[in-house]
Amino acid sequence: MDSTLGQAAPAPVFKPPVLKPVSLARYRRAVAARSVAAIFGGYLLAATFAACMSLWLQDAGMTRMDAVTTATIVSFIVHACAAIWVFATASMWRAWAGVLLPAALFALGAWIGARSFVGAA
Amino acid sequence: MRIDGKPEGIRQSMSWLHTWTGIALGWLLYAVFFTGTLSYFLDEINLWMKPELHASVSAASNAQTAQVALAGMQKLAPNANVWTLELPNERQNTVAASWRDKGQPMTGRAGVKRAELDAATGEQIKPRETRGGQFLYRFHFELHSMPRNLARWIVGIATMFMFVAIISGVITHKKIFTDFFTFRPKKGQRSWLDAHNATAVLALPFHVMITFSGLLLLMGTLMPWGADVAYDGNTQAYNMARRGLAPPPGAQQQGAQREGSQREGARGDSMQRGGATEGAREGRGNREGREGRGREGGEGRGGQRDGAALTQVDLSAAIGPMLAQARAEWPQREVGRIVVNRPNQPGATVELRAHGSDSLTTRGASERIVFDAATGKVEERPPLPEPSAASAVNNVFAATHMGRFAGPALRWLLFLSGVAGTAMIATGLVLWVVKRLPERRKLGRTPFGHRLVESTNIAVITGLALATAAYFWLNRLLPADLAGRADWEINGFFLVWLATLVHAAVRTPRAAWLEQCVAVTVLFALLPLLNPLTGGNGLFASIAHGQSGLVGFDLAMLAIAALFAVIARHIVRKGQVGAKPGRAAAGIDPIGKALP
Repeated sequence: MDSTLGQAAPAPVFKPPVLKPVSLARYRRAVAARSVAAIFGGYLLAATFAACMSLWLQDAGMTRMDAVTTATIVSFIVHACAAIWVFATASMWRAWAGVLLPAALFALGAWIGARSFVGAA
Repeated sequence: MRIDGKPEGIRQSMSWLHTWTGIALGWLLYAVFFTGTLSYFLDEINLWMKPELHASVSAASNAQTAQVALAGMQKLAPNANVWTLELPNERQNTVAASWRDKGQPMTGRAGVKRAELDAATGEQIKPRETRGGQFLYRFHFELHSMPRNLARWIVGIATMFMFVAIISGVITHKKIFTDFFTFRPKKGQRSWLDAHNATAVLALPFHVMITFSGLLLLMGTLMPWGADVAYDGNTQAYNMARRGLAPPPGAQQQGAQREGSQREGARGDSMQRGGATEGAREGRGNREGREGRGREGGEGRGGQRDGAALTQVDLSAAIGPMLAQARAEWPQREVGRIVVNRPNQPGATVELRAHGSDSLTTRGASERIVFDAATGKVEERPPLPEPSAASAVNNVFAATHMGRFAGPALRWLLFLSGVAGTAMIATGLVLWVVKRLPERRKLGRTPFGHRLVESTNIAVITGLALATAAYFWLNRLLPADLAGRADWEINGFFLVWLATLVHAAVRTPRAAWLEQCVAVTVLFALLPLLNPLTGGNGLFASIAHGQSGLVGFDLAMLAIAALFAVIARHIVRKGQVGAKPGRAAAGIDPIGKALP
């Protein structure tokens, strides 16, 4: 759909697919699923990133305020990249995996960080 | 992603993402951009909407203005603990005074009293009741009649979508710079696409900056998790640290809860009042903290020499040499603000603060000198804060977003970039309809969904402009002493906006576009005439008095009128072309042509 936006390529690589009712419903479900992955999965990834980095950047020598500021600023870019990944990748499975696995890692990092640093700080 | 499940290139998937995120939130973003762009003239709008203040013309020198203002404060609030005077500047006619009476809390909003003082006489002026530009400004990130945090989330999500749409848009247009120099007018869909691309690329750095900084400004609402874990649930401590303040005692645990409303309250406070200087937009909490600290230090000093010092100082006489000294220290800058701590008490101090700053990294702080009020000697030259790299990045984004310290040229550049952004969203919304014209022709009718999008496009794009014009007109047409007039201005805004939706639904699209564009053009173009007829200073008077804030408002309104005039002319021309058989049937343009 809308493959021609911004382009008038002489030899289009991409032809608009023929819509069939059955595949249209499937397509719309897929869109909904990817949107959920991009919005909520992406936010989860960004939030865990912000939490994890707010702690570990202190370990890397930043002050607490700078660590939080840096982590939060970058987390918005993380969210944007996650959304692009979700829509660009080939399969739904890869889309979710690419969001949830790093989110789990960051959550783990935040958990470890919270146990090691927060009490001391 | 493709409907048939076949793999596709990243550019195709980005195109898809771009189209759908665009329409999903385009209407909301148009409203945010439109009102946000107008907010670059926030002070000018506030001033225009209080014509009572137009009569205030600055005295020849800053010192004269300061003298009469201090004398005015002596009459108005002799028993206050602190006076703050914002001197007139290129966007403000009057002296904006605020004070805290003795026994009132020294921080926060409670206990602050405000008045506008005539710059020439120091007398208080009581302007009409209006929300002024604050209404449009708040609307651009908090909408209206909605819990503040919910609205911030809605706008924040839309901003995030736009940020993604910009990045995916750049990926879509790999020939982005070629496209920028490609404009094929009168080619229907192609022209709309070119216009969309050109406005997007023209101001691309602005769009990236404005969306990303918008997210950062809302970070306390949208992404509190870093502060939450690092400060063990006390996000207020983080916000205090960012402002360079120590956390208040006793705020440890409930901090997370109270922080939002307090911080935003402090910020909102400075925004709600008209004529606040730019520095006041967000630096308010900052400043209050400093005032508080200065006072505490001073109390000790005052106590020591209680008996010896004069308790009453003639500030009007003392201020001249202080201003001269500040002038000598900052030859490039005027004094923007005078803060008198403990007026009429032992140990009074006078703090002078420069108007504007060379640095965007410091959260709106500018240079200060503190004088002993009795002796006129310099007590302190507090250095500017030196933010860390992370804070500096954050502060620069915030300051750029808000046009803090922007001079007239940069302010107009930001305004025009905002106009380009608004136009980019508008052309994108129209493009959505244009792209679906072949589908309509094939069907031989207009599907309800297409009609709905088209009517909503009209009501959003021209309807919001019409509602804004009505807001300005109501400001002058409602009686100045009407009870609840500030609310009626806003009610009128929404009633007119609703009427444009009804109008767009009952008229053919072409007629609706044309009629609303003409109405917008006429209403905005006549504002500079309405102004002198209803008690304000007209363009010639404001030029003669050097009231550049009023001149700026008139020019901005004429610019908006001109833009809509161009659109209206385009529609009329398309109508003539479309009247010829053949071209009309081709259904080139939804604006130029009413389709079934």
